[in-house]
Amino acid sequence: MAEETIALQAQGRDNVATVFAEGVVGGTEVVVVDAMGARTPLTVIGTIPYGHKVALRDISVGERIIKYGEEIGVASQGIRMGGHVHVHNLDSMRGRGDLEEGA
Amino acid sequence: MASFMGYRRPDGRHGARNLVAVIPSVTCANDVAQAISRQVGGTVAYLHHQGCCQLPPDLERVTNTLISLGRGPNVGAVLIVSLGCEGTDHARMHEELLATGKPVEVIHIQELGGVTKAIRAGTDAARRLAILVSGLQRERADIAEVVMAIKCGASDTTSGTASNCVIGAVADRMVDLGATVVFGETTEFIGGEHLLARRAVTSEVGRQIYDIVDAMETRAKSVGCDMRRGQPTPGNMAGGLSSIEEKSLGAIVKSGTRPIQGVLGYPDFVTSQKGLWIKDTPGREPEILTGMAATGAQLMCFSTGLGAPQGFPSMPVIKICGNPRTYRRMEEDMDVNAGLVITGERSVEEVAEETFAKVVRVLDGEMTRNEAIGYFSAIDIHCLGPVI
Repeated sequence: MAEETIALQAQGRDNVATVFAEGVVGGTEVVVVDAMGARTPLTVIGTIPYGHKVALRDISVGERIIKYGEEIGVASQGIRMGGHVHVHNLDSMRGRGDLEEGA
Repeated sequence: MASFMGYRRPDGRHGARNLVAVIPSVTCANDVAQAISRQVGGTVAYLHHQGCCQLPPDLERVTNTLISLGRGPNVGAVLIVSLGCEGTDHARMHEELLATGKPVEVIHIQELGGVTKAIRAGTDAARRLAILVSGLQRERADIAEVVMAIKCGASDTTSGTASNCVIGAVADRMVDLGATVVFGETTEFIGGEHLLARRAVTSEVGRQIYDIVDAMETRAKSVGCDMRRGQPTPGNMAGGLSSIEEKSLGAIVKSGTRPIQGVLGYPDFVTSQKGLWIKDTPGREPEILTGMAATGAQLMCFSTGLGAPQGFPSMPVIKICGNPRTYRRMEEDMDVNAGLVITGERSVEEVAEETFAKVVRVLDGEMTRNEAIGYFSAIDIHCLGPVI
C-alpha cells in the first residue's frame, strides 16, 4: 500500500474532505481526491486524527459545512483552509434541545 | 431463481435457523426463561426488560413485539414463560402464536408454585419442543421471500465511505431479486430525511418519514440538551463524526438507492410487503436488533467502523467492518472486511459481491462470527412512555 496521505472529498460542493491516514500533523501534505478521482495537494494546519475532516478552503463563522453535498453543521468559528473541522468549530443544527425556549 | 435452503414454516415462509424461542412475557420471568434456555439445546431466550408497570400503548407494543418475534421464520416453536400477574396480554400472545400453526406451549410461574417448579416444567416443555422441531430438513426456497434487516453501529467516518456503501449495494440487489429489505434508526435520518422522502413511493410515505423523524427529534430535544451530548456517541465523535447530520448522511447510504415503499411501526411483522421499507426504531443496538427481528427478518447485515460486536439470539448478524484499523484489531468478530475500500485495495462492488455470497451462505445455515461467539443476550424492546 502506498504511503500517500489521502483525503476524500465525497461531492464536488463539499468544503471538507475526510482524512483516512494516521500521523497527519501540521505541515503534512495530503492529496485531496474528489468524487471524479481528481487529485489536489493540500497542506494541513495542526493535527488531524484518522477519519477526521480537513477544511478545503477558508470557512467563515456561520457558514455551512458541506459533506456528501449536504449540510452537516455550521462553523462556530472561522476555519482556515487545511484546518481540522470537528466539534470544536462545527455546531450541529439539529436536535438542539439546549436552544429551545425554557432550556 | 436465486435460492437458499431454509426450514419451511406453516405460513409458507422459510427460516434460516430452526430454533425454539423461550419468550418471557415480562421481565420478571427472565430468570426462569434463561434457566430453561441454558438447559435445553436448540433454544434461545429473549431476555428483555419490559412488560409491566407501563401504560396501555407500551404494553400493547411489548405484547405485539413478542408475538412478532415468535412468528419469525427462524423460530420453529415457542415456549411462553409467564409470571401470571404481568401487564402484557399473555393470553393473546398464546392465542396469536398458536394461530401461526407452530407448536406453542406456555407456563405460568405463579400457578406452577414458584421458580424451581416452573424451571422444571419449562425445561420439560422446551425439551419436547426442541426434539419436535429438530427433525425438520432444509428445502429450497426463493430469495424473494427473504426479509433482510440492515443496520450500522459504532460508526465512524469509514461507515459512510465504505461499509454502508457495501450494504447499500447488497440492499439494492436483494430488492431487485424480489426480497424485502428493512432499515431503521430514525434518529440517524435527522439531517438526511429530505433525501429519503424523495425516494418515497408516494407523498404520503414521504410525509410519514418526516413525521417519524420529527417525533424522534422532539423527544430528544424535550430533555433540554444539545443532542450531540448523546448522539453522535462519544465513540462516533472520536471516530470523526461531528454532528448527527453527518452521522445520518453516512448512515442512510446503507439503504441503497431503491424506492422506499412505506414505514413500519416498531412491532410490525412483514407479511406481503416487498422492496425497501423503513422501520421506526432508535439506533441503540438492543432495541433496534429486537425491532428488526420482529419484522421476521431471517438475517441482518450490520456495518461498523469502531467495532460493534452485538447480535440477536434468533437472527444471524453479518458484521461488515469499514475501518481497516478496526478490522485488524477485531477480525475475529467481523465477517467482511470493507476496510479494503478505504485502503483502495478493493472496490465497493467487489466487497458487495463477497457480502452477498456470505448472505446466501448464512441463509443456508453457515454461522456468522457473532453466532459462533454467541454474543447476543443484551436485547430490549423500545417503549415510548414512562415506567410507572
